[in-house]
Parts: sequence; C-alpha cells; structure tokens
Amino acid sequence: MPFEVAAEVVANRALSADYNVLSLAAPAIAATTQPGQFVMVKLRTGHDPLLRRPFSVFEILRSNDGIPTGITLLSKRIGQSTALIYDARPGQIAACLGPLGRPFTIVDPPTEAWMVAGGVGLAPFATLAEALRARKVKSTLFYGARSGRELFYLDPFRALGVELVLTTEDGSTGERGRVVAPLDRMLAARAASAPVMVYACGPEGMLAATAKTAAKYSRPCQVSVERIMGCGMGGCYSCVVPMLGDDGKFHHVRSCIAGPVLPAAQIRWD
Amino acid sequence: MDLSVHIGSLRLKNPLIAASGCFGYGVEYADLVDLSSLGGVAVKGLFLNEREGHPAPRIVETPAGMLNAIGLQGIGVRRFVDEKLPELRARNVTVIVNVCGTSVDEYAEVSRILSDAEGVHAIELNISCPNIKEGGIQFGCSLTGTFDVVSAVRKVTRLPLIPKLTPNVTDVASFARASEDAGADAVSLVNTFLAMVLDVETRRPKISNGMGGLSGPAIRPIAVRMVYECRQAVKIPIVGMGGIADARDALEFMIAGATAVQVGTANFVDPLIWGKLLDGIRDYMGRHSIARIADIVGTVNDHAHS
Repeated sequence: MPFEVAAEVVANRALSADYNVLSLAAPAIAATTQPGQFVMVKLRTGHDPLLRRPFSVFEILRSNDGIPTGITLLSKRIGQSTALIYDARPGQIAACLGPLGRPFTIVDPPTEAWMVAGGVGLAPFATLAEALRARKVKSTLFYGARSGRELFYLDPFRALGVELVLTTEDGSTGERGRVVAPLDRMLAARAASAPVMVYACGPEGMLAATAKTAAKYSRPCQVSVERIMGCGMGGCYSCVVPMLGDDGKFHHVRSCIAGPVLPAAQIRWD
Repeated sequence: MDLSVHIGSLRLKNPLIAASGCFGYGVEYADLVDLSSLGGVAVKGLFLNEREGHPAPRIVETPAGMLNAIGLQGIGVRRFVDEKLPELRARNVTVIVNVCGTSVDEYAEVSRILSDAEGVHAIELNISCPNIKEGGIQFGCSLTGTFDVVSAVRKVTRLPLIPKLTPNVTDVASFARASEDAGADAVSLVNTFLAMVLDVETRRPKISNGMGGLSGPAIRPIAVRMVYECRQAVKIPIVGMGGIADARDALEFMIAGATAVQVGTANFVDPLIWGKLLDGIRDYMGRHSIARIADIVGTVNDHAHS
C-alpha cells in the first residue's frame, strides 16, 4: 500500500553536470520499499510542470540505529522536472507517493544475479544488490555509460561484494562499447547447468538487446521498464507495454501496476 | 452543511466525481482513497468488447496541462460487470459508467447490459472522445447524431443518462439542448480539447496517435465559459469539468452552472485531492453562510463591474 508523504529534501548531491542524488525524508516509504519499486515525485511548484515523475528508489536512508528514515533518488537532468530535481535545495518539500509497482523477484543461491544497468538505469540495483547480499547470492553488475565520468557508486557496489563489469561508449573506463557485449560473452562462456537470473534497467534499446541476449542463452530476465507515466496508480493508462498474455495474444499492460519489473520474454519490443 | 446534490433521480452525497479515464475502474485507488466518500466515480469508458488502445507514448505534458490519446483501452462491459462491479458494490461506490460505442446499437447494447447489472447508478454517454476514429466524436459533433444516440439509449434504460459533450464544436450549448430534447437527465462537459504537440528536433508528434485531448488547468477558463453557456440553454443539471485543481476551481464551475463537478488530471497530480476539495468547499460554505451547496449552482453575478 502506498503512502503519500510531504517529503523534505534533506540533501542533494550533484554527481556530474547532469546526474544528482536527491535525499528525501520519508520514513513510511523507506520502511516498506522493496527493490525495484518506485515513487511518484513532484517538488512543490504549482501547475508547471504539472505531473509527478516516476523515480526508482535508489537507496534507503537509515538512522545510526538502523531505522529507515528516507530514500534517495538517482536522477538525470533531461527535462523541466529533472532540472528542478537537480536544482532542489534542502528544506524544499516534495510530494512523494510510494512505494509503487511490482518489485524484482529475488533469487536464492546457487542462482547467480547478473544485473545490467545503462546510465540512470543503475537506480534500482543498489537496493537489489543489498537484498541479494543478504541472501548470499553471488552478484555481478554490468554497468555501461557514455564515459567513465558517468559511472557512479562503484565503491558501494564493490563493498556489497558485487563483481563489476564496466563499459563506456568512449572507452574511458572499462571496455569500449555497449554493456550487452560482455553480457553476451559471459553468458556464452557459462555452463548451461549453472543458473543465472538477468536483471536489467536502462534505455529501451539496451533493455531489448538484453532481453534478446538472455533469451538466446535461455536465461530468465526481469527488466525494469521506463514509460512516460501520468499517475503511477493505474488510473491513466499512459504507461502501457505490449505483453504476451495467457491467450497467446499481446495486450497493453500498465507498467505502473503490473510492473515496472516485467518478465522480458513476454514483452514485445517494438 | 448539506453537500448533497441531485442529478436527475440520483442523489450524490457531495458534488465531487472522479472523471472517467482518469481513475481507472475505481478499484485501483481503493487502498488510498475511501471511494464511498466521493459523490461518484465515473469509471473508464467501456465498449461491448475489449480494446487495446493506442501504443505508447500516450501522453505528453504541456504548460499547466497534458495531452492524452489512450485510445479507450478497456476491458469491455461484460468483464467490467463480472470483475470490477462486485468490488465497487461492496465498497458502496456511487458508480457512473462511461459508455462508448462505434454505433448507436452498441451504445444501446452496452447501456442495456449495465441497466441489468446491480450497482450501476448512472450512465455517462461518451460521445466526445477525440482520440478514436470510429464512433464517439462522430456522434458528439453532429446535433442529429447526439439526438439519435441519446434517444436510442433512453429507450433501453431508466438509469440517469448523462451525455458527455465535446468542446470541439462551435456552439456546445446546442448539443446540450439536443441532449435534453432526446431525454437526457443531465449533460457533462467538457471532454478534452483536440490538440497537438510536436518534437521540433524530429518534427514528429510527441504521442503515437499524432493528436490528443488537452486537459488540466490550462483549459479551465474555456470549460467554465462553456458550462455557463449551457446553463443558459438547458434546464437539466450540468456536470462540469475541465482543469479543476482545487476547491476554488470546483466552486467556480458550480457558480457558473454545474450541479456537480468531475476531477481528472488533478487526481494524477494528487490522488488524495478529494479530502482537500471537500475541506475547501466546507470552508467556503462556512465563510459565506451557505447551508446547502446546491444553492450556489448557477449564481453568477452578472452585474457589470462598477
């Protein structure tokens, strides 16, 4: 069940000229969020911009004694709303509704977790990596960006015991090229009897390529999709994804309530 | 304070209705909102059969508004009656079903099925969706088409009948009159304004359907004017909507002539808006010593400013 919180901005850290991490005080949301879930957020700004924006919950903030106090959002400045998020100052209030949507299904050993992130698609994997660690699941993060300057939070993932496979389009860090290339190689090298769950979040093209690659090696794959979303509650039918139904036909499914985490094999990638 | 209003034979406990297409089938919001606290819930438009609607992207934001072309995705009237209506009934929701059709016969058939179902309180006839090619708007943009659909449905149901009018006509009041002449119990207006947003980099429309319907605060003054015009033209109640975002806006529509109001886009922004709207209306009634909210309907002070 979601909570509507008037969440105070408690910190805002710029990671680059485009990326920032916004910290919001939202104990009720922090205490109930599962990896892969999202929130609908709008800074108090009147009617322009009008709608909230969906953000994956990036991290859970906790007090010194471990009590959940808030959440952080990883944001990339693209439009008007993300520019406001980038420029937000401590003390500002954000309307924050969540947690929303279906979380990742978390595997258990001996299945390994291979997370595939592109750019701001890193967001849902910080909490997933924590949950995997708690279950002692061996985890790898395939993480791609335009350049090394846009690869963030590597140390926290390393601290959780996550193996990192990095790619950049300009070759400045890790392997030059797209993140799906090492994923394909490593899946090809892996014994079919050794189970893997592929988790992916990032640009649509990367998700489609990851889904195709996972299918090529008959590996299950959960993708966190991003759609233009109006309400996050199932009210507006804006954020649909064509999904294969039990009847063998494709149906438009609302990614806000059926997702954002969806089984990749059932999605029609247009 | 008496917040109740009447739409034909239907008594609403307050004038606030969740607008069709903006509140799913109501059940989506049941965890967050006490659905029985609303005057009514207008559920998403239903045809006889399921429809998949348009591909994404289906919406784009505009200054103080948004454009949508969902394409009337829906589960069809029979699945609604089987799968959604029982829960709405159990939650004591005043259910207004938005009825769509590609032909006069389909409107009548969907309405007949709903009239036989338990727990439907009124029918809103969607003759105004701008986003699909067949049906809907072709009736809503023609006076004889409007008259024919309303008359045909009137013959098959005793439920309060509320044609939902499009603003995409020259004289919306004449469509209210055609609806009244055909036996409608009320009219609701406005549906969205047909509009377009382009990406200048790619020169492509921002939503898959090309054009879509504009809603939100940006359209409110036009919608208020249209409600005001219809109030002068017909005797039946008017359900007003178009960009209502707070209690002041809701009261403005009522003063212009709306007996009840619908809230759509603002529910996306704040799903807990309903309590705030009710509080604001009560506060206004207190400040102005108004005992019955129905008393403010159609009370525009037309005297010139001095």
